[in-house]
Amino acid sequence: MGAVQKHGPWALVGALGAAALAIVATQRGESINALWVVVASVCVYLIAYRYYSLFIADKVMALDPKRQTPAHTHNDGLDYVPTNKTVLFGHHFAAIAGAGPLVGPVLAAQMGYLPGMLWILAGVVLAGAVQDFMILFVSMRRDGRSLGELIRAELGVIPGVIALFGTFMIMIILLAVLALIVVKALADSPWGTFTVGATIPIAMLMGVYARYIRPGKVGEVSIVGFLLLMAAIVYGGHIAEDPFWRPLFTFTGTQLTWMLIGYGFVASILPVWLLLAPRDYLSTFLKIGTIVGLALGIAVVAPHMQMPAVTKFVDGTGPVWAGTLFPFLFITIACGAVSGFHALISSGTTPKLIDNEKDARFIGYGGMLMESFVAIMALVAATVIEPGIYFTMNSPGALIGTTAESAAAAVTKLDPAFTITPEQITQTAKDVGETTIISRAGGAPTLAVGMAHIISSAIGGKAMMAFWYHFAILFEALFILTAVDAGTRAGRFMLQDLLGLIAPGFKDTSAWAPSILATGLCVAAWGYFLYQGVTDPLGGINTLWPLFGISNQMLAAVALTLATVVIFKMKRQRYALVTIIPTVWLCICTLTAGWQKIFSPDPKIGFLAQAERFSNAIAEGKVLGPAKNMDQMHQIVLNNRIDAALAVLFVGLVVAIAAFGIMACVKAMRTDRWTALEADPKLAPAE
Amino acid sequence: MMAPSTDYRARLKALSQCVCDGARLMIGQGNYGAYVAHVEKTHPDLAPMTEREFFRNRENARFGVGNKSGFRCC
Repeated sequence: MGAVQKHGPWALVGALGAAALAIVATQRGESINALWVVVASVCVYLIAYRYYSLFIADKVMALDPKRQTPAHTHNDGLDYVPTNKTVLFGHHFAAIAGAGPLVGPVLAAQMGYLPGMLWILAGVVLAGAVQDFMILFVSMRRDGRSLGELIRAELGVIPGVIALFGTFMIMIILLAVLALIVVKALADSPWGTFTVGATIPIAMLMGVYARYIRPGKVGEVSIVGFLLLMAAIVYGGHIAEDPFWRPLFTFTGTQLTWMLIGYGFVASILPVWLLLAPRDYLSTFLKIGTIVGLALGIAVVAPHMQMPAVTKFVDGTGPVWAGTLFPFLFITIACGAVSGFHALISSGTTPKLIDNEKDARFIGYGGMLMESFVAIMALVAATVIEPGIYFTMNSPGALIGTTAESAAAAVTKLDPAFTITPEQITQTAKDVGETTIISRAGGAPTLAVGMAHIISSAIGGKAMMAFWYHFAILFEALFILTAVDAGTRAGRFMLQDLLGLIAPGFKDTSAWAPSILATGLCVAAWGYFLYQGVTDPLGGINTLWPLFGISNQMLAAVALTLATVVIFKMKRQRYALVTIIPTVWLCICTLTAGWQKIFSPDPKIGFLAQAERFSNAIAEGKVLGPAKNMDQMHQIVLNNRIDAALAVLFVGLVVAIAAFGIMACVKAMRTDRWTALEADPKLAPAE
Repeated sequence: MMAPSTDYRARLKALSQCVCDGARLMIGQGNYGAYVAHVEKTHPDLAPMTEREFFRNRENARFGVGNKSGFRCC
C-alpha cells in the first residue's frame, strides 16, 4: 500500500509524459499543438527530479543535512550567508540563464523540432543537470572554491592551468558570438539600433541615481529604467519612420562591429556603478519577466508548430549551419542540454550561500531543469512561425540573395514544404517594423519574430507585433551587452592571471598599464573573431557557433571529469557511471565535431577545406564572394586557418584533461582509502 | 520553506519578503538586515557598514576589480 501511495502519483506523471512524447514523436503530416511539447518536457523534468536527482543526492553524494555548509562555517554576512533555498534558486537561475538556451534551439530548429527537443531533454537529465549539481556539491564541500582551484587541488597544477586557459578561450569565443548576434539583429535596423543605443544613457542615469540620489534603492530605479526603456521602444518606431533620424541610426554590420569593439573597451574600464551594474538590474529583471511572459504566452495561445518534426536537413545539407545531426546537433544546442559554463557559476557565489546541504539538489539540479525549460520554449517559438520565414531569416545571403523575390524562390526550392511568396516575406518584415528580415541569422531575430507572434496573439494583436518584436530584440541585446561588458572585465582579470605566470608584474589588477593592456588584448581577441564572423562567406554563425558549442561542451567534459575523479576519490566508484556516461558522450561529440571542423573535405564544414578553396581561387586570380578584393580573399584564408588551429587546441585540451582524469581515477582506485580533499566536516550545533 | 501559518497576512508578508530578497539577490545584493544581525551577534565591538556602504560593497563584489566570476552565463 505504502509503495502505491508513494510512487502512484509519479507513475501517473510518467504515463502522461510518455503519452505526450508519443504524440509529439509520431504525429506526421498535420501540425501539432506546442502544448504537447511543453507537457512532455515538464513530465520528464518532474520524474527526473523526483527519482534521478534523489539517487544522486543520496547515493553518489550522500548529502548530509546535519553537516554545516560554508555559509555557516564561514558566515560573514556578505559572501557567505545562509540563504532561503527559494531565494537562492532565483539567484542561481538568473546567473545561469542567458542568451545560450535561447539561441541554440533556434538554430537547431532547421532539423525540425523533434531532434532538438529529444536532445534537450535527454541532455539535461543525464548530463547538464548532473554536471551543475555535482560541481555545486564539490564546491560546497570545499568552502565554495572556484572550478580552477578545484581542478588544481584534485587533478593537479597542469590540468588547473589548462582549465584556466580553456576557460579564457571559451570567454573569447562566447563574447564574439554574442556580439555577432547583436550585430546581425541591429544591422540596417534603425529602430533596433536606437532602442539598444538608448539603454546606455538610461543605464547611466540609473547608475547616478542609485549611487548618489537614492543609494541602494534598486527597486525604484529599475522601475524608472523600465519605463524609459518602453518609451525608447515606442520612440524607436518614430525614429525608423523619420527621414532625418532614420539614416543616423542605420548602420552596416561592419560599422556596428567597430562600434561594439569600441563600446566593449570603454565600458569595461568605466566604474561598475555607472553603466554595468544598473544595466545588469534591467537585463536581469527583464530576462526573468520575459521568460515568465513567454511561458504564459505559450500556455494561453497554445500555438501550433508549423515546422515539420524532422526535416531533410538532418543529412547535413541545411542552410543555417552545415553538418550532420551527429555530432553537430549536440554541439549546436549546448545551454539548455548541457553547458560547461554553468560549472563556473556552480562554483561561484551559489555554493557560499547554501543554507543546508540538502538544498543543493533543488538549486543545482532543479535550476538546470528550469534553464532547459527555457530552451524548450525557445524551440517552440522558433517552430511556430512559418518554416519559409524561418529559412528566409536564417539562410546566408550567398544562398538566397538579398531581395524578397530571390529569397522566396531559393527557400521554396529547398523543400516544397517551405513554400513562401515574396509578399509573405515583405509583409512579415512590415509587421515587425523592419525593412528586411532576409538573412538575419543568429537566433535573436527569429526568436523575436516567434515571440512577437505568440505574445501579440495574446496581447495587442497585429498592431502590437512590431512593438513585441523590438521588445524581444532589446531584451536579448540588453543582456548580451551586459555579458560583453562583464565578460571583458572578467577576461581581463583572467588574462592578467595567465600572463602573471610569465611576467609577475601583470598580476597587479589595480595598476593602470597592465589593466589597459590586458583589456585591450581581451577586446582585440573577441573583436577579431567578431569581425571575422561579420565578414564570413557563410554568414558567421556557421563558423562561430560550432566553435562556441565545442568549447562549451569541452568545458562541460572537463567539469564532469573533475566530478568523476572526486567520486573515485570518495571511494564511491560503483556510482561513477553517473558522470562517466555524460563525460564520454561529450568527449565523443566534441572530438568528432572538432575533427570534422578541421579536416572535413566539405568547405562548408571544414576550416582547412574552406581555406584551400579560397587559396586555390587566389592562385587562379579569382575573387570569390563575399570577398570583394584579393586582400579580403587572403583574410578569409587566414581566418579559416586560425579557426582550424583553435579547433585543434580545443581537441587537445579535451584529450589532455581526459588523460589526467583517467590517471587520477586509477590512482584513487589503487588507494584503499578516501583521498578527496574536502574541508573538515563540522556538524551543526544541536538545538 | 516557510512554516505553515494560520495567519494569512503574515504569510503574505513572508512571501513578498521572499520575492524581494530573491529579486535583490539576483543582482548580487544580499539582505542588509541579515548582515547587520550577523555583525551584532558575532562582532558586537564593530560597527556594521551603513546601508549605502553595504550596497557599494556588494556591487564591487559582483563586478569589481579582481572578480573573475563576475560574468553571466551564455
